[in-house]
Amino acid sequence: MGSSMARGDIENLATDFFGLFESFKHAPFYHIIIEVSLLLAVVWLLFFRKPRPIEKKLTEKEKQELIDEWQPEPLVPPVDSNHPALNVRVLDGIVGKTVEIDGRKSLNFATFNFLNFVGNQRIADKAIQAVQKYGVGSCGPRGFYGTIDIHLELEERLAKFFSCEEGIIYSYGFSTIASIIPAYSKRNDILFVDEGVHYAIQKGVEASRSHVKWFRHNDINDLERLLAEQDVLDKKNPKKARTIRRFLIIEGLYVNYGDICPLPRMVELKYKYKYRIFIDESVSFGTIGQTGRGITEYYEYSIGSIGGFAVGSSFVVDHQRLSAQGYCFSASLPPLLAAAAIEALNIMEEDHTLLFETIMAKSKRLHKKLLSIKGYIINGDEISALKHLRLTNSLNTVGRLEEIVQFAQSRDITITVARYLTDEHHLPEPSIRLILNVEMTDEELEFLCTVLQEALVKVTA
Amino acid sequence: MAKNSPKQKNKSYSNIGFNTPVPEHPSLNEVYEDTPFSEAFWTYLNYVILNIFGWFRDLLRNARIENRKGSAENNPPGFVPLYQSYESFYTRNVYQRIADCFNRPIGSVPGGTLDLLERVTDDYNWSFNFTGDKVKTINLGSYNYLGFANNSGQIAENVINSIKTSGVSAASAAQECGTLTQHRKLESLLAEFLGTEDAIAFGMGFATNALNIPTLVGKGCLILSDELNHTSLVLGSRLSGAVIKVYKHNDMIHLEKLLRDYIVSGQPRTHRPWRKILIIVEGVYSMEGSLCKLPELIELKKKYKAFLYLDEAHSIGAMGSRGRGVVDYWKCDVNDVDILMGTFTKSFAAAGGYIAGKKELIDHIRIASHAQTYAVSMSPPVVEQVISVLNLLIDENEEHEGRQKINQLAWNTHYFRQRLTKMGFIVYGHPHSPVVPALLYSPSKIAAFNREMLKRGVAVVTVGFPATPLVLGRVRFCLSASHTKEMLDEVLKHAEEVGDLLNMRKSKLNPKRPFHETEL
Repeated sequence: MGSSMARGDIENLATDFFGLFESFKHAPFYHIIIEVSLLLAVVWLLFFRKPRPIEKKLTEKEKQELIDEWQPEPLVPPVDSNHPALNVRVLDGIVGKTVEIDGRKSLNFATFNFLNFVGNQRIADKAIQAVQKYGVGSCGPRGFYGTIDIHLELEERLAKFFSCEEGIIYSYGFSTIASIIPAYSKRNDILFVDEGVHYAIQKGVEASRSHVKWFRHNDINDLERLLAEQDVLDKKNPKKARTIRRFLIIEGLYVNYGDICPLPRMVELKYKYKYRIFIDESVSFGTIGQTGRGITEYYEYSIGSIGGFAVGSSFVVDHQRLSAQGYCFSASLPPLLAAAAIEALNIMEEDHTLLFETIMAKSKRLHKKLLSIKGYIINGDEISALKHLRLTNSLNTVGRLEEIVQFAQSRDITITVARYLTDEHHLPEPSIRLILNVEMTDEELEFLCTVLQEALVKVTA
Repeated sequence: MAKNSPKQKNKSYSNIGFNTPVPEHPSLNEVYEDTPFSEAFWTYLNYVILNIFGWFRDLLRNARIENRKGSAENNPPGFVPLYQSYESFYTRNVYQRIADCFNRPIGSVPGGTLDLLERVTDDYNWSFNFTGDKVKTINLGSYNYLGFANNSGQIAENVINSIKTSGVSAASAAQECGTLTQHRKLESLLAEFLGTEDAIAFGMGFATNALNIPTLVGKGCLILSDELNHTSLVLGSRLSGAVIKVYKHNDMIHLEKLLRDYIVSGQPRTHRPWRKILIIVEGVYSMEGSLCKLPELIELKKKYKAFLYLDEAHSIGAMGSRGRGVVDYWKCDVNDVDILMGTFTKSFAAAGGYIAGKKELIDHIRIASHAQTYAVSMSPPVVEQVISVLNLLIDENEEHEGRQKINQLAWNTHYFRQRLTKMGFIVYGHPHSPVVPALLYSPSKIAAFNREMLKRGVAVVTVGFPATPLVLGRVRFCLSASHTKEMLDEVLKHAEEVGDLLNMRKSKLNPKRPFHETEL
């Protein structure tokens, strides 16, 4: 009986299967496709798909635990109480050619006082007059009653001095360049920047969020290489290239190195590769060039006041009045500082060439004298009034340089180690920054060299 | 508030009789009336018309039918234009029309009254010529809250002496050779005034924020910043590299939600825990006139172990019964605020900024700050101005100048705000803040109010987009202790006239009333 049942079943089964095949033959084509795909999908789901873990949302209790567990770092890292910044020299009185520290006077080769305008009587008088007329603060940004007639006068004078159309002043040197760069260069633009520029420029470059291409310090060939690379990219995509602005950012006289940029070649390249040049002349203004007009004149901080300025054509400068953050959103320069600057410009213009010839000549003489001291490496152009002094190779550490500075101080010469933050893009080697004051006599320069020599002996002994 | 102090002898620095101490109880009443529908409508219409005209005029300029008035770039061929034309659409067609309301040059001390240099324009604000005359106006535009902007008196004498003894600049960075004994004196006096362990001063307020926030937070940190924070705070936050999240203005509930969500989820993508969380707020917000809710902030910060950065640019000296800012106003413990920052430009009539807090914090900033390492230190005469003002403010004697000025400002604020509100203007902000914004809404009214008030001898500051939201143009009165009651009355009367001319007095909460009916 079982087998007959089984045979019957098998027969039924066979009929069913046969019926199935028959129906397949008669089914429309798309039906078969759909069935096959579904079959394949089931196979894939069963065998090939990786199991996705279902993430459950955190419960309130778990969230609270996470919040309770979280511990922040301390607000500030532990501080080394021997750090030089916490043990600075505190000065008294006018920081001019000589400075007074703890009652003792010493010769000042450390501050940016090239033309000895700090403490100048004429400038002080004008500043006093400004206080008597305007008070001290301007109590407002330039847009809202912070523009005083003396600011307008200073801007005009600066523009005239540089033979440009317009000038604009800022209340703080650091934020001048740090606000100007982002005002012109935006996210899609390209900046070609010398590696040796100082920190304020680096911050300005960061704030602009543009693409930055660094080239080796004062290395024109490296710059050309970068420009040529960019050119190749431009040719591949000319439409995009037409919307990208390019800028070259250099300094007239580099604060960190003391040398001068090769401007003529850069101007040539400017017209070839179509970029604009921003020159930071913080140090070259007033120290090089026959009438103190800086690098542009030479090739064809010294003003004794505080603040910054920019000059150029009206079209270019006007843009900053609305887009430079350090100009629009900050209070304007106190009138007494503007008055001091105007008087300094007066002095520079009256003296015409004498002051600047003197400083360039003295720089050259100092350079020769320093070169004759064996054991120091002198960085900086010979006509530059700012020089960097280093020890040879492995001897050159901040510790030793600080010892030299202290020894010099005990002999009544004030010099300083150049200070940098550790996150500089291209940290310069430790060095002593020497700054020449135009009023220094030859005897004083000799004395400086003698002391430096003695210091060297003491430190390398 | 009744005039409960007896008439005082003729002192040169106080308003006779109108000088009462600040109320002891801080208040939480900030009222922000809704924008009336009609105002919103007309303002949008205003912008649409300006845009249409702007587009049309640009067309004419491009077709050379109209002259380009602004300076043009003499672009050698092949150079990409320096700035894109659409960026300047707003400048050319909206801002330029009302450019005479901004950047007005002055020729005197920015005190209670101001001498403006008269300017005329022949070509609709593209260029200005000075007539050589000066216009005397009541000054409601300068940040001179305590009235210390003076060119004579003991403080000016001190400043002049300091120019003679210390020169105008030290020409060196603070870490190198720029630290003078005055700087140390200023810092210790500042710490005493604020009640903190130590303080440090810088030459520029904007730079204080922009250059010091990066030393406190960096990558892997979270910054929770109020919507209306000043540009310098935003720039400093961006430069630091931390993740920045914005919470709605003064909305503590939103802030708490963000805190909870972000602590739980950690850093983006890696979900590592945050290194630090910093909440950045301002004491007084200069466009809204509102105060930060300090007690609630301190509670939140303690609960979630975050750090608090308080920018008191506008509130130091101007708020609080002892002039020590919002911490004093809310009677909070100054040690609860991790980083106190402020500027000397406003209440101290000098220039520069400071940061105060615990000694470790200040030591760290001395070492790591960009400003201490690279920027020239503060100018000695400016330091002297701040020291002199601090000495006056630290003096707690009610009869002396410091307290007199603080009380005067408080009285002026209360008086002016009450009467302005009762007259029907829509006024924003906290009842005790010396910054008083009254809403104008439309850009045309901004210009009109400014010009009409100038005709009547009052210099005000009016602001519109982009400093404020699009529809909420306003006039911002900055009160000062050097304003007398008569000056304030005059301003209010003129404001009533101009308010009627421009149909501004549309408050529903305080229906409009004539000036003489709003006596306190």
